[in-house]
Amino acid sequence: MNERSGPNGRTSPQGVAVDDGHLLEVRDLFVEFHTRDGSAKVINGVSYHLDAGETLAVLGESGSGKSVTAQAIMGILDMPPAVIPSGQILYRGTDLLTLPEDERRKVRGKQISMIFQDALSALNPVFPVGWQIGEMLRLREGMSRADAKRRAIELMELVKIPAARQRIGDYPHQFSGGMRQRVMIAMSLALDPAVLIADEPTTALDVTVQAQIMDLLGELRRDLNMAMILITHDLGVVADVADRIAVMYAGRIIEHADVHSLYEAPAHPYTKGLLESIPRLDHKGQRLTTIRGLPPNLMRIPSGCPFHPRCPYARQECVDVVPTVRSLGNDRTSACHFAQEVLDGRI
Amino acid sequence: MAASDPTNPQATTGGAATGGTDPARTGGTKPRGETVLRVENVVKHFPITQGVVFKRQIGAVKAVDGVSFELNRGETLGIVGESGCGKSTLAKLLMRLETPTAGRAMLEGRDMFKLSGGELRRMRRNVQMVMQDPYTSLNPRMTVGDIIGEPFDIHPDAAPRGARRQRVQELLDLVGLNPEHINRYPHQFSGGQRQRIGIARALALKPEIIVCDEPVSALDVSIQAQVINLLESLQDELGLSYIFIAHDLSVVRHIADRVAVMYLGKIVEIGTEDEIYERPTHPYTQALLSAVPVPDPKARAQREIIRLVGDVPSPANPPSGCRFRTRCWKAQDICATTEPQLVLRAVEPHPSACHFAELKQHVVA
Ligand SMILES: Nc1ncnc2c1ncn2[C@@H]1O[C@H](COP(=O)(O)OP(=O)(O)OP(=O)(O)O)[C@@H](O)[C@H]1O
Ligand SMILES: Nc1ncnc2c1ncn2[C@@H]1O[C@H](COP(=O)(O)OP(=O)(O)O)[C@@H](O)[C@H]1O
Ligand code: SF4
Ligand code: SF4
Ligand SMILES: [Mg+2]
Ligand SMILES: [Mg+2]
Repeated sequence: MNERSGPNGRTSPQGVAVDDGHLLEVRDLFVEFHTRDGSAKVINGVSYHLDAGETLAVLGESGSGKSVTAQAIMGILDMPPAVIPSGQILYRGTDLLTLPEDERRKVRGKQISMIFQDALSALNPVFPVGWQIGEMLRLREGMSRADAKRRAIELMELVKIPAARQRIGDYPHQFSGGMRQRVMIAMSLALDPAVLIADEPTTALDVTVQAQIMDLLGELRRDLNMAMILITHDLGVVADVADRIAVMYAGRIIEHADVHSLYEAPAHPYTKGLLESIPRLDHKGQRLTTIRGLPPNLMRIPSGCPFHPRCPYARQECVDVVPTVRSLGNDRTSACHFAQEVLDGRI
Repeated sequence: MAASDPTNPQATTGGAATGGTDPARTGGTKPRGETVLRVENVVKHFPITQGVVFKRQIGAVKAVDGVSFELNRGETLGIVGESGCGKSTLAKLLMRLETPTAGRAMLEGRDMFKLSGGELRRMRRNVQMVMQDPYTSLNPRMTVGDIIGEPFDIHPDAAPRGARRQRVQELLDLVGLNPEHINRYPHQFSGGQRQRIGIARALALKPEIIVCDEPVSALDVSIQAQVINLLESLQDELGLSYIFIAHDLSVVRHIADRVAVMYLGKIVEIGTEDEIYERPTHPYTQALLSAVPVPDPKARAQREIIRLVGDVPSPANPPSGCRFRTRCWKAQDICATTEPQLVLRAVEPHPSACHFAELKQHVVA
């Protein structure tokens, strides 16, 4: 897409030399929420990285901290109640957490943008969608009214909204769920970002529409050469589009691998349990294997390995010692004392 | 926390318990068991009105438009389809929470849509429901004991006053909750545990049929399997029949013996789990299955991808002839003029509502 050319180059700190060259890197991030009920340690040392043009999937159950990490990257966490005791978020080598708000605002939307699970609540119900896209272009890019409108139509065509020119005056409620998510995607692309964070973009949609939207995101990512963080709880969705997967549990990345390796042989008991407990479309199984117990209460995270109360392999060591992140080669890691044994199928 | 652990024994005890339903589960053979419910041409149209004082009807949302099926004892009939196709409306009709526009539902030789008074109450006892949302379907101000025991207020003969507490505790135990938690409130339980409370309430009156409307959709992946296993072991133990509504086709394949696929208020294809998932003949079923993302890289490689264009049309104004024709890649002139009936087609011994029903390789894997 030729629209890509200009704005990105002008403002991005591309000239900054970066030590290891990652486009975006979260380093040992911690986030807590301090509320009346106490303090919840929601993110407990998350690290992941993203290179230009690739897709990283972040997989985890609800409450595992996927969205909070994304909000920290976007700089849209409510602080308070949120506190970031430590960590770095490096974008092209610059730590976003140290930037003043006005600098940060320049990154948001223009360098890194985000689409949310619930497109209806993210759109303003009282303005036409075309106007909402155009307004952002006028405010952020200083476009004239006419240019903004023309560009809004282009963007709506880019995300394959039929009869975009006629529908530019329509309000959000006049679009179906799938079409609204397309509008959200158009808006997130308006400022030509280098990184797109998609937070469960299809969870609220029907499977046939979900497939359309995932195809669209995959196509756009390729055509615009964007890097994408895809947040989801659906392993099937991940497998279709992601290069790598980071699995989250209790605010940590407990396993990281490329899609094929992870599916072939998980290296963490939680991932293994998830793979075994999901019903499969392609064959009728026997009774499902389950992961016992419940996801942890973040106000009282279990000692040692946070997964130990649910883990079938837990030993005393797991109760006493927090497992470090072990490297298993090929950019694979697992935060389990027995990572290698699990990977080899020895336990 | 403690309450979640006793739940797991069923989880790992493997397939032995499924024995009772095995013939239906494993083959294309006719499911066993006598018919407990026969639904015939059920229709539900919601009027669309205009005007404030003098409401004029200017149209109707055809939410359910001529649905027929049978449910056998001890079996699970899965119902799948996209949002708005009429699944929940059908469930509400069977619960008598909505009044049908037309049709019959024969239960024990009588049309349950015609019952009233004491007879209706008796029927209600026999057909219970588990709802999607474990957060809103339980009254937050009632204890778990009161919630599960509430049906006994309406049907005092089901459990004499003195025996109620014990009966409720038995039910808690049955669904894998700690019987000592009888005085706790819903907010003290997790989503999966609340869904168990909903199931215990549905079981209180010893029904034969349970209508489950998206019972696991709101649950986390790691918790879904626990609830699915619970529903399956209860079925084996108590001989229940389930109508299991879900949009997750993998979950339905796992739990159902037979499956009905709905589109815009009608069943377009119905058959055994194998027939629908391995040998679907209706283009909509094929597209639906093809759209489900499959995690197995090997299975994905050989899959054929069918992508539907556009959205489901409005049920207030469904297309003429075949309702699927506006999104169907095989549509011909006849599809606009003649409505295809849900009947056996030459290609396959299960009903399909398509003029051009045919098998397609590799839609699933
Ligand atoms: N009380 C009502 N008045 C008017 N229309 C209704 C009413 N209840 C449902 N409908 C309409 O009937 C159709 C079928 O709705 P229903 O809730 O049965 O769908 P569903 O298949 O359960 O969808 P979902 O998967 O989203 O739960 C929809 O178009 C819906 O908007
Ligand atoms: N504004 C907030 N105040 C207090 N707690 C919050 C807030 N936002 C999120 N949390 C908590 O942080 C944890 C992680 O949430 P989130 O990142 O949204 O999970 P998910 O992985 O489902 O996206 C949850 O326990 C959630 O309740
Ligand atoms: S560290 Fe121990 S408890 Fe944690 S996942 Fe590994 S084996 Fe299980
Ligand atoms: S009857 Fe025609 S339009 Fe309908 S599914 Fe069959 S081929 Fe498609
Ligand atoms: Mg989230
Ligand atoms: Mg519904």
